[in-house]
Amino acid sequence: MSLTAKDKSLVKSFWSKVGGKADDIGAEALGRMLVVYPQTKTYFSHWSDTSPGSAPVRQHGKTVMGALNQAVGKIDDLVGGLSALSDLHAFKLRVDPGNFKILSHNILVALAVNFPADFTAEVHVAVDKFLAAVSAALADKYR
Amino acid sequence: MVEWSDFERSTIQNIFANMDYDVVGPKALARCLVVYPWTQRYFGNFGNLYNAAAIMGNPMVANHGKVVLHGLDRAVKNMDNIKATYAELSVLHSEKLHVDPDNFRLLADCLSIVVAAQMGTAFTADVQAAFQKFLAVVVSSLGRQYH
Repeated sequence: MSLTAKDKSLVKSFWSKVGGKADDIGAEALGRMLVVYPQTKTYFSHWSDTSPGSAPVRQHGKTVMGALNQAVGKIDDLVGGLSALSDLHAFKLRVDPGNFKILSHNILVALAVNFPADFTAEVHVAVDKFLAAVSAALADKYR
Repeated sequence: MVEWSDFERSTIQNIFANMDYDVVGPKALARCLVVYPWTQRYFGNFGNLYNAAAIMGNPMVANHGKVVLHGLDRAVKNMDNIKATYAELSVLHSEKLHVDPDNFRLLADCLSIVVAAQMGTAFTADVQAAFQKFLAVVVSSLGRQYH
């Protein structure tokens, strides 16, 4: 399910609307994930606080969204562009790739909550495909 | 049997009491057909599903969206017995409609997103968890009678 030119254009224009709210979206998505899918907390046992809005969650949400912002810029070659991040996830973090789907879903929910008018069905499908492509690129080095 | 906390029960009742089924149903089904286009396989006789605009404006899609959401009502009113409540519908989806049960989860995800957009910040993480748990039970019950 590769990204068409239309998908890429929709993702880029929607992402520019998200703009400065990106960090908040990241924090919200992560916070939701940790509450709605508690098994994901197993990756964060080193955090003092996994509740929504907490400092570690806000900080990490920023990290994740920063990477996604960069991915939008590398949308024409995600596997190449995210190679270093794939190394990180494969060899150091070893996050089960099933969780990429879970976080993606929560990013979509956060976007729907914060951009109800702009997050149309067409934007939704383009962003969903984009997140799936990013997830595949992150899992690229796993085995 | 599924255990529901007081918070989960009241959250589910509140969400559906304040929901306009005739708006949310069509939106959720249309979104599912756009975001997961292979689901269109079940709606060959629905006319023009050629693009997102056609799907969102299709009256048969809208109508069916209402049917589906009103069908969810049975679970809302029988939260302690969703499996039995949907046994017949499960048989229908399996034997007559031949719907791959994976599709139930796709529609449930779209419904979560539509409700999230409607409720905005009121759709907190805890509310999302309760809503998704409810939908997971519905999805499981609808798939229960497949063999």
